[in-house]
Amino acid sequence: MERERGNILERIDWWTIGLYLSLAIMGWLAICSAGNSFLKTDLFDFFSLSERTGKQAMWMGVSMFVGIILLCFDKRIYKDWAYIIYICFMILGIVTIFIAKDVKGSHSWITIGSFGLQPAEFMKFATTLALASFMSKHGFSLNNDGNIFKCIALFMLPMMIIIGQNETGSALVYSAFFFVLYREGMTGLVLLATISAVVYFVVGTRFDEVTFETLPTSVGEYAVIIIMQIFSIFMVKYWCRNDKTFVIMLAVNIVVTLITYWIGIYLIAFDIVYVQYLLIAFNIVYLLIQIKLRKEKRNIWVCIFIIGSLVFYNSCDYVMHEVLKPHQRLRIEVLLGLKEDLANAGYNVHQSKIAIGSGGVLGKGFLNGTQTKLKYVPEQDTDFIFCTIGEEQGFVGASAILILFVAFILRLISLAERQNDRFGRVYGYSVASIFFLHFAINIGMVLGIMPVIGIPLPFFSYGGSSFLGFSILLFSFLRIDADRNLRV
Amino acid sequence: MNDFKLEKRKYILCGAIIAVLFTYIIQLFNLQILNDQYKTKADSNAFYKKTIYPARGLVYDRNGKLLVYNQPAYDITFVPREIKNLDTLELCNTLGITRDDFVERMKRIRKQAGFSSYTEQTFMSRLSAEEFARFQEKMFLFPGFYVSKRSIRQYAYGAAGVLFGDIGEVSQKKIDKDPYYSRGDYIGTQGLEATYETHLRGEKGVELLLRDAYGRIQGKYRNGALDTMAIRGKDLTLGLDIELQQLGERLMQNKIGSIVAIEPSTGEILCMVSSPSYDPRLLVGRQRGDNHKILSQNKHKPLMNRAVMGTYPPGSTFKTSQALTFLQEGIITAETNFPCGGGFRAKKFLQKCHAHAAPLPLAPAIATSCNAYFSYGLARMFSSDKYKNAQEAMDIWRDYMVSMGFGYRLGVDLPGEARGMIPNAKYYNRHYGRWNAVTVISIAIGQGEVTLTPLQIANLAATIANRGKYITPHLVSNIENDTLPSIYLTPKYTMAEEAAYEDVIKGMRHAVLNGTCRAANIPGIEVCGKTGTAQNKGHDHSAFIGFAPMNEPQIAVAVYVENGGFGAVYGVPIGALLMEQYINGKLSEESVKKAEYIQNKVIHYGEGER
Repeated sequence: MERERGNILERIDWWTIGLYLSLAIMGWLAICSAGNSFLKTDLFDFFSLSERTGKQAMWMGVSMFVGIILLCFDKRIYKDWAYIIYICFMILGIVTIFIAKDVKGSHSWITIGSFGLQPAEFMKFATTLALASFMSKHGFSLNNDGNIFKCIALFMLPMMIIIGQNETGSALVYSAFFFVLYREGMTGLVLLATISAVVYFVVGTRFDEVTFETLPTSVGEYAVIIIMQIFSIFMVKYWCRNDKTFVIMLAVNIVVTLITYWIGIYLIAFDIVYVQYLLIAFNIVYLLIQIKLRKEKRNIWVCIFIIGSLVFYNSCDYVMHEVLKPHQRLRIEVLLGLKEDLANAGYNVHQSKIAIGSGGVLGKGFLNGTQTKLKYVPEQDTDFIFCTIGEEQGFVGASAILILFVAFILRLISLAERQNDRFGRVYGYSVASIFFLHFAINIGMVLGIMPVIGIPLPFFSYGGSSFLGFSILLFSFLRIDADRNLRV
Repeated sequence: MNDFKLEKRKYILCGAIIAVLFTYIIQLFNLQILNDQYKTKADSNAFYKKTIYPARGLVYDRNGKLLVYNQPAYDITFVPREIKNLDTLELCNTLGITRDDFVERMKRIRKQAGFSSYTEQTFMSRLSAEEFARFQEKMFLFPGFYVSKRSIRQYAYGAAGVLFGDIGEVSQKKIDKDPYYSRGDYIGTQGLEATYETHLRGEKGVELLLRDAYGRIQGKYRNGALDTMAIRGKDLTLGLDIELQQLGERLMQNKIGSIVAIEPSTGEILCMVSSPSYDPRLLVGRQRGDNHKILSQNKHKPLMNRAVMGTYPPGSTFKTSQALTFLQEGIITAETNFPCGGGFRAKKFLQKCHAHAAPLPLAPAIATSCNAYFSYGLARMFSSDKYKNAQEAMDIWRDYMVSMGFGYRLGVDLPGEARGMIPNAKYYNRHYGRWNAVTVISIAIGQGEVTLTPLQIANLAATIANRGKYITPHLVSNIENDTLPSIYLTPKYTMAEEAAYEDVIKGMRHAVLNGTCRAANIPGIEVCGKTGTAQNKGHDHSAFIGFAPMNEPQIAVAVYVENGGFGAVYGVPIGALLMEQYINGKLSEESVKKAEYIQNKVIHYGEGER
């Protein structure tokens, strides 16, 4: 064990600090815009503590102060205290469910005086610490001793607690840790399965009712089966690395598919999807034969993938109609463009798209957005803060902020990659993944390409707890990064 | 798998992040640059275009007297959200309504489409200034209640209601056709208000206001830089003499019929009475609805302008036009004599006439209104060698009638004008197959198939006064900063020449001096006239045309009193009184008595619809 050389101020990554400060300032300005109305013209008002802008400025001050304190603890302290912090916050989370006041059905706020705190925002920090600490154990491998399930259990617990607080959206953020596990060696099949599931669901549901012009075939079903074929055949090439099997399968599938399509369109109109099912059956049989003949053991996973895909796709319909509640189904249908529901579920997103779309190339200018000024977008200073930017800064400004945000995340990943131990790397990846998931879900929602899941955009959305929570995550990692040569 | 291989996974993760970034930038591009609809939607979201209504143009009579003007009316509105501790009883007392009325109104307003508890709702409309004053005193007691000012029409005189017409809320059909209008706008629906709508209405202005998600107004957009001003409507000056109009309406009390007086030299209508008439002031303010209902349900249809919409057999007034035709066509001269032994005879057919000296030339025939004279004239025309056959003669006769303004709409500046009926040869071919002069003989005396509007009859008088030309009759003599349509400025000529007119005028003068119109004699004024007694299923209609003075005439008048009996009973005295009033500016003492007498005479009409 050796001490890091040099002053902490020289070791911390000022690039990240710079990106953080610029995002924070832009976020605060966006809140100024969102809270602005015709009654207020005085700039000084923005700093009044009775205004949201003033409160946010205060929280930003507090967060930076906490950040500076966090920079004072060295890496070992973080690692040593990880489990204690984790346990404390889990208990706090559970207690919150029972003592918190009911705010629109959610039990996530603890009020101290006139300020409210959301413990869930700090549970991410605690979970990150615990996971990094757990995975940096000597001789740790994800592939042994069921470690992967222990890791998953570590972040499933806070997820459950948060679902218990009725904040399903925030709970979703914990799936960010799957990226970390992937980076640390979890099989890529999990990610492939997740991506496939999303694609099957979206394509299958969106085009379920659409049929080909001349054929009695559902476009959704046909497309899903084709995608299934593509995924499985390329799995044979890139995951099983059985080139010969791949070439034969690819050739058979392409030739049969094209011929069937041609016959269906030009000769006899019939439900061509059945031929695709036959092809899938052929693929499975062929893969199984190859296991026997060439000892290509990994092929069995491809078969499992295909069968799993078929089961998943067929159960989607059941889930949509039997499992999901009508309002949840409506949200999905609105998102997929199957239904217009501008009065209820689709209202926020519709207004958000109007606000952003009206911004044009250069936007309407700071504090000049009519849609935000006139409160057309609900939650416009919290979850929908980005539409204020879209309206007032236009395509140029909004894109710039997206790029800046991604630069910030990529910078965090590069910091994580330069760590000399797993603790630092896992910690860094966790922080980057959490920011990324917030970013992807929030912006996706505001732009109308993701379902409405109410989670904040880091550093932009109004809210003291989330700003403080994100700052804690960031500054603790900055200190760990500063101590990267310190082996613990 | 070793760490080195795993490290490659950072590229997949970073690639995924960058892919998401690109997706989002593409969506931004799509929303903000490719797609225009969001911008329009944002504008319709945020901008509330408040219409600034211009003042409607005023209407003056020929002497510059103000007839129609605007009067503020007040609507009481309220914003439901802003009402606090409302003292309902006090409010009802102030507005003079009952509690039940209040509850009923509130219920109705809440049910209306587009109700929002954040925006102004109309509680009560068209309050007068006095009612408004009473409410304003106590307005501080009723937070959430407001007053908005609207402009409605008011009338200085209780006459000529049917000429001014009416304004009302514009129909959806009209809105679809003309983008100027939007829901709730007022538009001229009847009378001059309808004809001169585009002049009277002015130009609406627009104030661009910003409206928030709850429909509340937050302020002016760019401090009103893009707002447009409302432009006041143009004023109209009428050829109408309001005093003459009032006299006409007074004389026609309790009688059904019309009076039209025209200034021959200009075609300006000096008065146009349709009786029964109504006081336009009844249709102003809060009682409007009830009164309008009463008027529209009256079986004598006071809201209909009989002077242009009613068609009647012109009776003997029409003989003047026949004389003109025969003279011009050379069928007769002023000296031609026709016999009249109690009427016109052709084989077994007898067209009756009354007792007078016979045979007689044209002037006394007009003066005594001899049926036989004009019947023989028509018979001679239709059997003349001048034409190939009766059909051709008939069509030439028709052309004369049309040239005098009959059979087609004259084109007066009022909506709903009727065209009347002048038959032609084809018409008779269709209806009778074989026919000759005897079959159609009653058209010579203004009976049978011939019908005219009172306006056309008056125009005949004006044409005679002008010796063969007329300017299309019109009410409006001047539009502020604008010119009249050219048809009201250029004369039209009939097919008969001045010489023929002079002969007829001699006859009409003769009628006043010692014929059927003796009662039309006004001391000091050379009056010409012609009575008419139109046969009818019931009691005959009483008609009169006349003009004065004979040389350089100032007024031509037609009177038509339904079921009034002989022309001399109502037509002549009414016509004479109007001419005297207009030329002398007042009535003589004797005439005042005569006017009172006529005014008080009542014709009893049956209960039937008409």
